[in-house]
Order: sequence, then structure tokens, then C-alpha cells
Amino acid sequence: MSLQHKDPLNLIITGVGGQGNVLISRLIGQSMVDSGLQVTVGETYGASQRGGSVASHVRISKDIQYGSITPEGHADVILGLEPMESLRILGLYGSPKTFVVTNIRPFYPLSVATGEAEYPTLETTKQCINELSAKAWYLDASAIAIGLGAPLLTNMVMTGAIIGVKLLPLTQDMFEGQLEASFEKESLTLNLQAFRMGLAALH
Amino acid sequence: MLNIAVDEPNTTQLLMGNEAIARGALEAEVGVATAYPGTPSSEIIGTLAAVAKEFNIYAEWSVNEKVALEVAAAASFSGVRAITAMKQLGINVAFDFLANLSLPGTKSGLLLVVCDDPGAISSTNEQDSRHIAKILDLPLLEPATPQEAKEMTKWGFELSEKISNVCLMRSVTRISHARGNVVLGQLRRMSNKAHFDTSRKPYTTIGFGEGAPRYHQALHQNLIKIRELYESSPFNWYIGPERPELLIITCGSGWLYSLEAIEILSLKDSVGILKLGTTWPLPDELVSQYMLKAEKVLIVEETDAFLEGNLKELASEIKPGRTWTFYGKTSGHIPFFGEINPDIVINAVANAFGLKYISRDPEYHQKSQEMVKKYVPPRGVQFCAGCPHRSIFWAIKDALRLDGREGVVTGDIGCYGSAIGPTGFYQLKTMHSMGSGTGVALGLGKLGQFGFNQPVLAPCGDSTFFHAAIPALLDGIHNQSNFIFIFLDNGGTAMTGFQPHPGINRNAMGEPARAIDFKSLCEGLGAPVEVVDSYDIKAITQKLLDMLQDEGGTKVLVCRRECALIRARRKKPLYKVHLVSDKCMGEACGCDRFCIRVFKCPGLIWDRDARKAKIDEAICDGCGVCVDICPHSAIVREAN
Repeated sequence: MSLQHKDPLNLIITGVGGQGNVLISRLIGQSMVDSGLQVTVGETYGASQRGGSVASHVRISKDIQYGSITPEGHADVILGLEPMESLRILGLYGSPKTFVVTNIRPFYPLSVATGEAEYPTLETTKQCINELSAKAWYLDASAIAIGLGAPLLTNMVMTGAIIGVKLLPLTQDMFEGQLEASFEKESLTLNLQAFRMGLAALH
Repeated sequence: MLNIAVDEPNTTQLLMGNEAIARGALEAEVGVATAYPGTPSSEIIGTLAAVAKEFNIYAEWSVNEKVALEVAAAASFSGVRAITAMKQLGINVAFDFLANLSLPGTKSGLLLVVCDDPGAISSTNEQDSRHIAKILDLPLLEPATPQEAKEMTKWGFELSEKISNVCLMRSVTRISHARGNVVLGQLRRMSNKAHFDTSRKPYTTIGFGEGAPRYHQALHQNLIKIRELYESSPFNWYIGPERPELLIITCGSGWLYSLEAIEILSLKDSVGILKLGTTWPLPDELVSQYMLKAEKVLIVEETDAFLEGNLKELASEIKPGRTWTFYGKTSGHIPFFGEINPDIVINAVANAFGLKYISRDPEYHQKSQEMVKKYVPPRGVQFCAGCPHRSIFWAIKDALRLDGREGVVTGDIGCYGSAIGPTGFYQLKTMHSMGSGTGVALGLGKLGQFGFNQPVLAPCGDSTFFHAAIPALLDGIHNQSNFIFIFLDNGGTAMTGFQPHPGINRNAMGEPARAIDFKSLCEGLGAPVEVVDSYDIKAITQKLLDMLQDEGGTKVLVCRRECALIRARRKKPLYKVHLVSDKCMGEACGCDRFCIRVFKCPGLIWDRDARKAKIDEAICDGCGVCVDICPHSAIVREAN
């Protein structure tokens, strides 16, 4: 199963403000540009960047620059840093052909804290995602990141996971090259470690 | 190395629109770069500041947009190219100077980039700033991709010099914050010697006989020159059949949406697209030439019907006289408000052809909408874990409740504006433009003679204070208005990415700067000043209660604590925070989940299995404030 020949290939990376999806969309995008592809990365926000939903649209093509928002129903792959956000994005941009790779650790919205809304159980979220996608993979990336001592590394674990399932025209070497160009010393070691643990988890 | 500084011409980088603008400025030998930060414009000057030393640039986070434009104009008068960038609300602040600057004009290239925020994603309005170009008779450029943003920036400096006036470039969120392939050009380093020629006629409209109308006339002559340059501009082009059934005329983000719309609808043989990058003044001949090829015209643009109105005006004068069927905002095909997106354009095109567009399987669509509605609540805005604003607004809420006189809190622009909603306990009752909370507070504080007897509190962020609240605070102190000014000092311009402001001891380029001491400033003005720790709920509440007792004039309370996001970059969390499970009574406690439901820190979550509160270690910032609000002392902190 591969989407390497789909053009444009629409990847949407979704999560909550502060989870670092803008960083990984930039690194994934630059890796593809370095391999000669045309890439557009756009972002859509919910109410705010502070604790609000943030989605990065990564649109990849061999020869055309696409707009920064994916049309409804045109998402090919959703990379979720938060499970409810993956479901939200399926509702907006998904189709029966969409693949999903998602973290399972919730980040509760304010309305859940105040008791106005309820956060669905993991079983319910999975059931919905399974029903609305061609195939879905689940990973407790936050647990891996916390294990490494830095919850912020969840984004790197999930990047490893999406490369592990081989849906994108992106290899381990390409992405690691990008990490090496972007980080130094301990920070590079940690990011590489998180990335490789994610890769191994869904390889 | 930042990828905008890569010295490899003809290689490709994935650049954000704002970075591409910065790169364009570097390739155009820019010398001075100024701004007050504002989403979605901040990265332009932020990026240039990061490479300022390497390229001999002077970059400045100015106190506000008007000053930013004044600093840039000074460079232009002295032979140095300058760029200034601002959001749509910022150009309102700069407008007074701009409306005077445009008459006598400029010398070296001066580019003003205004980044609009259609949909008001990070703003209090979604104003379309393009009208300003028309009001002031200045040239307007609108890039459609990051690559074009870079090229237009370079050309904008040349155009500015050709007409000896400011060139405006309007970007929008989807251009400024989108990343795309950008082929790099040659980097150049500024080499001009700055010199202000005092022998030339002064830069003003006053005092030398000619007067403003004469300068105004010259601007209109300039428009003719600009139009001629625009007629052959590489930023305007047409793709499509010789005689299109439908002609789309578009600019900015509308270009790629239009292109994708006709691809998805398989209408490439029937639809032509005239993409315009130079939208004021319009290149009349070019536009007329393509309009005469079609009977139906769809105009695709962000926010107002600016292009649409100007095209219709032009259409009334195109010879031979003709009529067109226009589709766009007036016809209801493209909304007059909010942001446009590919689906809006696809549906508008389909509608013009009498087609019905179905984006995905209707059954799937319905099912997905039902699931999202049932299981996916909206994610409202909230303060981050450890945000000092949470404890300040908690204390404000407590103090006003204890005071019991229906105190009014006037709000201002910044992260703390969220206190209008649940995360700040609904404390703010007004919020408009930068600094306006203080002006409204001082006005309320002077209503005593009409029987007004409610306490008034004006919380204002540090960066906002320097930007626009100083005049109102001086006014309040001078006129002895009865209100409490609460200075929220979190050590930077947090909302837009922690840029320094005049209260910080370093500047945009990371060099040492003189920090303005807010406390001495207020004391110098004669106002009583108290300073508290923003995390200390008890101290803030008590100080506010004390100040509320005294009704003599304007008082100042400084709440000081670094933004949690800035702190997290540099230092370890303050505390290790634990929840003692035995002490938390969970559902049995009369508090009804007080810490989660009322305090609302995202670091506190409800453990469904244990039926008790829990600290989410992935989110908790270690501020320790929640320890003070648990009625059963179930939360404990240990110094790190």
C-alpha cells in the first residue's frame, strides 16, 4: 500500500496548538522539496493557537504548486498528534480513501474540563476513525515521548510512525538528514531517538 | 543557518510567505527593517532581525506601527532601502503618518507590507487594507505564492524608487503563513552611505506655496505612470482558451484555488483565468483585452469586493460598449465575509456553469458530520498550563466578588484578551484596539458625577502598554480618573512569538538595549505603584482589595511573572506538582471538580476510572498555582 504516485498527495498533520505540528510539517515538507517535489504547507486554526486546533496541510506534487488549503474530501493521509483532532479532520477533509496514523493521548478541550462536553472514550474514537478511513494505525506516542523525558517529542515519534507505515514518498534517511540539518548535539540525539522509536513502533 | 540566508542562487527552499518576503528584501539590498509584531506579519521582520548582523541590516521591533513606518521613512529619505511590515490593524495605527508621507513622497525604496487576516483568525477584525492604496493613490501589489512574494518584494523597492513614493504590498494569512517552493536569487549586502540631503525641498506639504492639493495632483499623475508599468508586469498573466466561456479574474490566494477548482471540475477547456498581481491601479488595457474575450466574469478575492468594484468601474468604460454577467461577491457566489477556500471557488465556478458539485460520497459526508457533531466538541481558546494570566484573572474575580460593587474590567489586546471567555473566568467586559482598555477605563473612572460607583480595572499587557496605552494612562493620572491599571508583565510580546519590547534589555537583533523601567515611569508620573508575583493569588487579591478601598485617582498594580512558554524554553519547571490521591475526594467532594471545572488549567484532568482529579504530566507546567485553590489540599508542590 503506497500513495507514492498520487498527485497531488494531500497530507494533513493535525493536533493542538503547542504540540509542534508546524515544525514537523516544515521538516517533512523540506525533505520532499530536497527530493525535487513541489510542496505547499498551509495551516488552518480553530479558535486560537493557544490550546486550539491546528492543522498543517502538506500538499505534494511532481510539478504543480497547490493552494494552501485541501478541498473537502481530498485528504489522502491524516497524521494526528491528538485522537479527537484526527476525527475532526476526517469530518472536514476525509473520504473513504483516507489513511490515518494517530496518537491516542487526549488533550482535553476546555468544554470537557467545564463539564459542558464529554471526551469520547478511546474505543469510540477508534470506531469512528476506522469507519471513516481506508485504514488507521494507533500509537501511544505521548507515552514514548514521556519515557524519553520530553512530552514535546510526541511530534517526532509520530513522524517516525508515518514514515514507518510507508505511505509517503519519504524515507528514514531523507528525514534523518533533515533532522541533522536542523538540530544540534543533545537536541539532535533526542529527536533522532524519538523519531526512531516511532518508526520501529509501526514498522 | 536560517534557510533565508542560504547563499546558493537557483537552489530551492521551502519558505513561508513571510520568509520569502524577507528573502526578497535581502536580494534587494534592504538596509532597514522595522515592525511592531502582529499575526500574520511577524515573521517578516523577525526573520530579517535574525540575519541582521550578517547582512549589515538595522532591524527594529518598534514601539508601534506608526513609529516603525517613521523609522523606515527616515532610511528612505537618506538613501537606504527600507521595509516595514504590519498586520491589517497595525496599518490603522500607521495611517496618520502614511497619509502625510505619501504626499511629499520618499527617496530610496520603501516597501510597506500589510498582512490581512481574512476570517479574523488572530485578530479582532478582518479589515481589507487594500482600500488604503486607493485612498492614498499608492501602488498596490498582491502576491499569490511565496515565490511571487519574493519577486514582488524585490520589484516593490524598484517601483517605489521609480515613483518616489511608498509601495504597498498586501498579503493574507494563506500567503504569509503558507510554505512553498522558492527558487533563490542572488544575495546582496547593503553598501550605500546614508546621507540626508538638506539642500532639497523639505519632506512636507506645508509652507512652500505648493500645498497639499499640488502634491495630491502629482499623486494622480503618478498613477498613470504606475498603470503603464503594470500593463507589462510579469505578475499578471492569463491561462486558458482563446474564447473562455467563463473568465475568472483573481489575485492573491484566489489564484491557486481557482486553478485547482477548474482542474477538479475538468473545465480547463472552458474557463480562463486572468491572474492579477498589480491590483491598484488596474492595468486597464490588459484587463479590457481579456474581458472582451468573455461574456461571463467571476471575480475571486479575499474579504471585500475591492477588485470586483474596480473591475466593474473599468467595465463601464471599455470600448466597444458591452455588458457582462458578473459573478462574485455582489452576486452571492463568493461571500462578503470570512476567508475564501477552494470549496467556495469550486462551488462558485460550478454554479456559473449550472453544475452541482459533490465533494465526496453523500453517505460518507452525512455519517462523518454526525460523528463529529456527537463526539468532537469545539476547542475553545484557553490560557496555556502555567500561564500567569490565569492566576491574575482568578484573583481579579475573587477581589471583585469580595468587593461586591459590580466592578468593571476593561480588556485589551494580547493573550489575556481570552479572559473575555471561560479561561479567564469571563472577567473582561470590553475589548477593542491596542491600548483602548485603558482609555475606556479612564472614561468610566470619570463618570462619578453621574452616579457611577463601580470599581474599574484595566489589565494591560507589557507590550500593549508601550504600544498604545501610555497616552491614556497619562490622561488618567493627570485627570485623576478613578481606576486601577494592572500591568501584566510577562517579559515579552507573548501572543506573537515573544518579541522584545521597550521594557526588555535586548533588542530585535539580540543586542543589549536599555530596558524602560515601568515602575519608575509610573512613579515619576505620580501614581502609586505596587508590585506582586502573578502566581500569588492571595497577594494580588489583597492588593486589589486595598486599592479598591482608596478612591483617589489612578493606581497601578504590576503583576510580574514570565510567560510560561518563554520560561519553558530556558528554565526547568518551578515545581514538581503531585495530586495526593488519598486526599482528593473525587466525586464525593462537595467541590464538584473545582480544580478542573472552575480553575480550568489544561494540566488538570479528570481520571474516569479513579473518578478523581489527576495531573497530566505531559501538559503540567509546574507553576504550582493549583495547590492554592484545592479546598482539600490534595495538590502538593515540591520545589525543583
